[in-house]
Formats: sequence, structure tokens, C-alpha cells
Amino acid sequence: MSSFLVKGARILGGDTRDVLIRDGVLVFGEPDADAEVIDATGLIALPGLVDLHTHLREPGREDAETVLTGTQAAAMGGFTAVHAMANTDPVADTAGVVEQVWRLGREGGYCDVYPVGAVTVGLAGRQLAELGAMADSAARVRVFSDDGHCVGDAVLMRRALEYVKAFDGVVAQHAQEPRLTENAQMNEGELSGRLGLAGWPAVAEEAVIARDCLLAAHVGSRLHVCHVSTAGSVELIRQAKASGWNVTAEVTPHHLLLTDELAASYDPVYKVNPPLRTTADTEALRAGLADGTIDVVATDHAPHPLEDKDCEWAAAAFGMLGLETALSVVQETMVDPGLLSWADVADRMSYAPARIGRVSDHGRPLEDGAPANLVLYDPSVRRVVEAAESVSLSRNTPYAGMELPGRVVATFRHGKPTVLDGKLA
Amino acid sequence: MKKHLLSAGDLSREDAELVLHTAEELRSLADRPIKKLPALRGRTVVNLFFEDSTRTRISFEAAAKRLSADVINFSAKGSSLSKGESLKDTALTLEAMGCDAVVIRHGASGAPHRLANSGWVRASVVNAGDGTHEHPTQALLDAFTMWRHLGPRNGGTLDGQRIAIVGDVLHSRVARSNALLLHTLGAEVTLVAPPTLLPVGVDSWPVETSYDLDGVLPKADAVMMLRVQRERMNGGFFPTAREYSRRYGLDGRRMATLQEHTIVMHPGPMVRGMEITADVADSDRSVIVEQVTNGVAVRMAVLYLLLGGSEPAVGNPDGADA
Repeated sequence: MSSFLVKGARILGGDTRDVLIRDGVLVFGEPDADAEVIDATGLIALPGLVDLHTHLREPGREDAETVLTGTQAAAMGGFTAVHAMANTDPVADTAGVVEQVWRLGREGGYCDVYPVGAVTVGLAGRQLAELGAMADSAARVRVFSDDGHCVGDAVLMRRALEYVKAFDGVVAQHAQEPRLTENAQMNEGELSGRLGLAGWPAVAEEAVIARDCLLAAHVGSRLHVCHVSTAGSVELIRQAKASGWNVTAEVTPHHLLLTDELAASYDPVYKVNPPLRTTADTEALRAGLADGTIDVVATDHAPHPLEDKDCEWAAAAFGMLGLETALSVVQETMVDPGLLSWADVADRMSYAPARIGRVSDHGRPLEDGAPANLVLYDPSVRRVVEAAESVSLSRNTPYAGMELPGRVVATFRHGKPTVLDGKLA
Repeated sequence: MKKHLLSAGDLSREDAELVLHTAEELRSLADRPIKKLPALRGRTVVNLFFEDSTRTRISFEAAAKRLSADVINFSAKGSSLSKGESLKDTALTLEAMGCDAVVIRHGASGAPHRLANSGWVRASVVNAGDGTHEHPTQALLDAFTMWRHLGPRNGGTLDGQRIAIVGDVLHSRVARSNALLLHTLGAEVTLVAPPTLLPVGVDSWPVETSYDLDGVLPKADAVMMLRVQRERMNGGFFPTAREYSRRYGLDGRRMATLQEHTIVMHPGPMVRGMEITADVADSDRSVIVEQVTNGVAVRMAVLYLLLGGSEPAVGNPDGADA
């Protein structure tokens, strides 16, 4: 395996140290005349990013994304590991499906793919899927989620939380009270009333989070809350943590940056679930991410083919791309305003998601002997996002035409470059 | 006027009054033996209806034909929502055939915005009702009807006139467009409904709201009753149809509390016995049938003005000038 000497990078945005990448691990303070030198002057070195929430669409919707193209987009965004959500077709609710997704990730070689197992058979919310079989499979599933659907039944949620304790799993809940959000199209508020789009009220998220925090405390299990989108949710999670309960939470880049005002265009590229909320919500989410109430930035990368977005709002699919722009959005919303340091970013986008997902090879500090999962990032440039430049199969980025800071220059996964000079290696 | 009519909020007071004055001229046409003008000869108007609405469609059809436009009726029931042809492909088809105005009725809020702003067609787009969003020509014909009845005793305007709009505001595109337009025209609108049928955020609209119909009626200059669809009962918005009628229906007893000049309106189709009783609907105060007549005149005015009519519509030198 060839080795690389990364010269001049600021480790976590701090001191400059040269890093040797050799035999899949990081080596500090050792020269290597044979190594290929990468001039990283002015770049920031971060541990390879870990996404807890990615939709790779394979199997079933290979027209929108495949494991290969999705992990390529992830690598372009600085990710070395992604958790692939279970809402594929067939649903990832058996050991067979999760092993297939896991294997496709290994064959592609752009990211380590950790399949998320469905909580219930077919995401139908009636019967627990074989969680233990998925945990024991080659994919070693630890994160379980019906994402896209809420585990609405309180008894089923309790049982899932209890059951995953046997293998140190975590239930990642898509918090959406189903009855309160029937046919919901956008954030419920003044604007939804004016636009005549059925509202998705904040209380529908908060009511489920409150219930699930109480359930997790009651049965002594681990709860992870997906894509927190409201100020009230942040406050509930803050209280749960203050009570010492084992609750973690994620926020998406788009909920940090974008607001429901964009729906006034009726352009479905802004249609997402949970919906874009208000400025007050984005501020609360940023504050929650800054103070650690929200543990993780997760992309909820949700590719859709053009025809599923090039239509009227109500007919369009929910979801937006996120992998390639995540770090830029975090710089824009968190680092540049002084809410997070780059070391904090390493925590929120690498250490913490790896810890929650029980992933041992990723999310490790950049130390001698650590696995060589590394991203080199240039925070000094600004770029206008072009949808056509995405390496995803889909084009539904809400940031098209928007200027964002920063650029991923290189990504290394287990010592091998997946991205070099800002291009797929 | 702008190129499209998507929302009643697109109309300035000047625009709205121009439509009313133009409609007034065009309305006189209905009394002539030959009800036709050459104003839009050679222009093509497409009625693109993704939802059944015979009343609105024939109203637009009559309006376009009386202006000598060629009319194509395109009933596209089964939109992309039901996996039929997509809105985009339908639009591209119309564009390829060549048309000057598209009158669109669609079940999805915002569909006319997509049609107008996605580059699929170059024609003017007229929103003939989209989902639970807006129905601006209905608001214009309602305002026109009020203006004809209330204007003469109010200096020729609707300034300060009190308009009560009663019923299922939450799901009503008519209420949204009326609230915007009547505010633009200076009227004072009160939306009356049970709390479950008022939209979230209605407090930021330029209107008053009330849960108490009996308190509002004696002060109103016009009362507009909205249709309440029986399927709303399945959503639990109110307990029973009978209770709804008792609290929010307009019957003879309530009609007796109105001022002498107050008119009663309904955009149709009515559910007699639900939101309005037969004796009220058929009373002298009711202008419901006149609303239909006025609908044709207002839609003629809208098509005429959007398609660039620069001469007075009926050759009256004091009349409209677009």
C-alpha cells in the first residue's frame, strides 16, 4: 500500500503537524522518503466524518442512488463511514438485506457502510423485526430505526428500547406523531395557513420525543432522536440529559441553515420531513448543537430522481441531498459565527456519531496509530453550489445557486485516498 | 396587471378596481342580443382542469367565448398525484400547441405557481382554484357583487364595509382570496368559524376573527357563507352536522338580525340545510344567482386585461385602460 505524507495541515484547526499515512494508520513525527507528499498548507485535518443518517436507496431505488454513488458523495463530503437507513425496498429488516448493503459498501470502497436495521417488519409499526439477527450478522447492526416512519405505538417503542439492550443497540426514532401530521406538507405556522399547505406542527415532533425520553429512562435503554427540528425538541432533550437519561440527538445541516420561508416558492426541492422550520428554531438548534444538547450533525441525505421533485408540491417526495455540503453548512452556521471550534466539529461529526453507532474504526482522535480515516478541508474558499456537479445520482440539493464556504480537498479511508484534489480518487 | 393571476394578493387596489370597472362595462354585454366582442379574436385560452368543477369551467368558457377567444377544454383528472400524466408534461403539451392563457384548477396548492414559474409554458396563468390555497377570480366576482350592491350607498367603494365570511375557512381557497382582496379594497373582513376551522396563524391575516356568528351578523354589510363539506366531519372538526348548523348556519331567525341593506352570498355549490337554509338562499337578500352572472363578467375582464387588452373593452372612452 502506498503511503502519504500530509504536510502542513492544522490538526483540528490547531497546531500544524505533519502526518504520515502508512499501512492504514496515522504516524506522527516520522519521515518517510517513499511517501507521496501532499501539501496541505492552510488546510484543516479532521478525523473522517461519520454520518448517522444516510439514505443510499439500494436495494430498490437504484435510479435515485446506489451504495456506490452514495458513498462516493459521502467521500466528497469528507465522510469515511455512513449509516444506511433501512427504508429500502426490500426494507432492511432482515440479516440478509443488511448484509447485502454492508457488502456493497465494502466492494465500493468509498466508505464503510453500517446498515441501520428496521425496528419493525416492513417499517409497518406492528411487529418487531429480527433485531438480534441483524445485530449478530456480518453487518453487526447497532442502530435501529424505522426512519421515514415513526414508531408510533408506545408499547412497541418500549419493547424495542428494552430489546436492544441485549446487544448494546440504540433505537433511532423518527419523531412524528402520525395522526397530528396526516397529509402534512410543511411547517405548521402562519405561512402554511397562507400557502394552503397542510401543516406539520412542532408539537407532533415534541410529543413523541417527550414520550420516548420517558420510555428510555423507564426501561434504562438508549434512545437517539433523528433530525431534531424544533426549539421545543431541543429543550426537551436538554431536560432529558440534565436528568441523566441516555438520550442523544442529531440535527441536519438543512435544519441549521434553511427556514420554512423557502416553501413560499412552492418549489419541492425545499420539501423535507421533518419540514424546514422558523428562524427561531434554527437559532435554538444551533445553540443546542453548540452546548452539546444535540450530539451530532447527521445529513439525512435523501436522494430523489428529478421527476419526483419536478412537479407540484403535494405530489413531490420528501427529502434533500446533504452529504457533499454538510461540512460547508456547518462551517457557515456554526464555525464562522464562533459557535463551534473545529475540534468541536470533529466531535459532532465524527467522534459522537461513531460512539452512538458503536463504530470502533472511525471517530478516533488523530493520534499515532489511529486508523487513517482523515479529511483535509480548506475553509478559506467560497463556492457556489452547482447541482450538476454532485456525484450523487440525484440533483435535489436545496443549496443550488447558494454560496457556501469551504471545500473538501482530500479524504482518506483506512489509509487509502477516496478523494484527492477535490475529486474522487 | 401582472402577467399571471395566481393570488388575490398579486392585485394592487388599482389593479382590482380596474378589473371591477372593466367587468362593469362587460356586464352590460349580457343584456345585449349579441353577447360577443372581438377583443380576443385569434387568441387561445385553455381551461386546464385537474379537478371537476363544472361551474367554474363553464364560467371561464363563457367568458373566453364572449371575447371571441378560441377555447380548449382540457380535463386532466388524475394528475401526477394519481400517477397519471404529470403537470409538467401536460404543460409542455399545451405549450407545444400554442396557447395564450392557461386557466388552471388543481387539487394541489401552488400548482398554478409551478405552472407559471417553472418555465414550462409562456402563457399567462390564471388560478381557477388550487387546493386549499386561493381562488382569486372567485374573490373578484364576490367583490364585484358587493361593490355593485354596497358601493352606491358608500361613495362607490367598499371602504369600511363589514364583510362576514362564515364557515370552513381552514380548507377554503375562497376565504383566503377574499380576505386578501377585500382588505386591498378597504373592506373590514371578519372570519367566523369554530376554532377548529380557522387556520393556524390567522391572527396575522388582515382580518378579524370570531367564533360567535350571532355577535357578528347585526353589524355586517355582507354575509358570505362557505360550503362545509360533509367529509370534514370525519376529521372531527366539529361533532355533528346538526351542531354545526345550529352554531354557524344561516337560517331565517339569524337573517332577521341583519341590517336592511345586508346581502347574503355563497360561492356555491350550497349544502342547503347545512350552512344555509333554503328560505335564506332563496330570499330577496340572496345574491347567489347574481354571483354566477357576475362571474362571467369578471372572468372576461381578467382574461381581457391579462391578454393585453389596451383599448377600452366595450369602446367606452371613460372605461378601463390596461
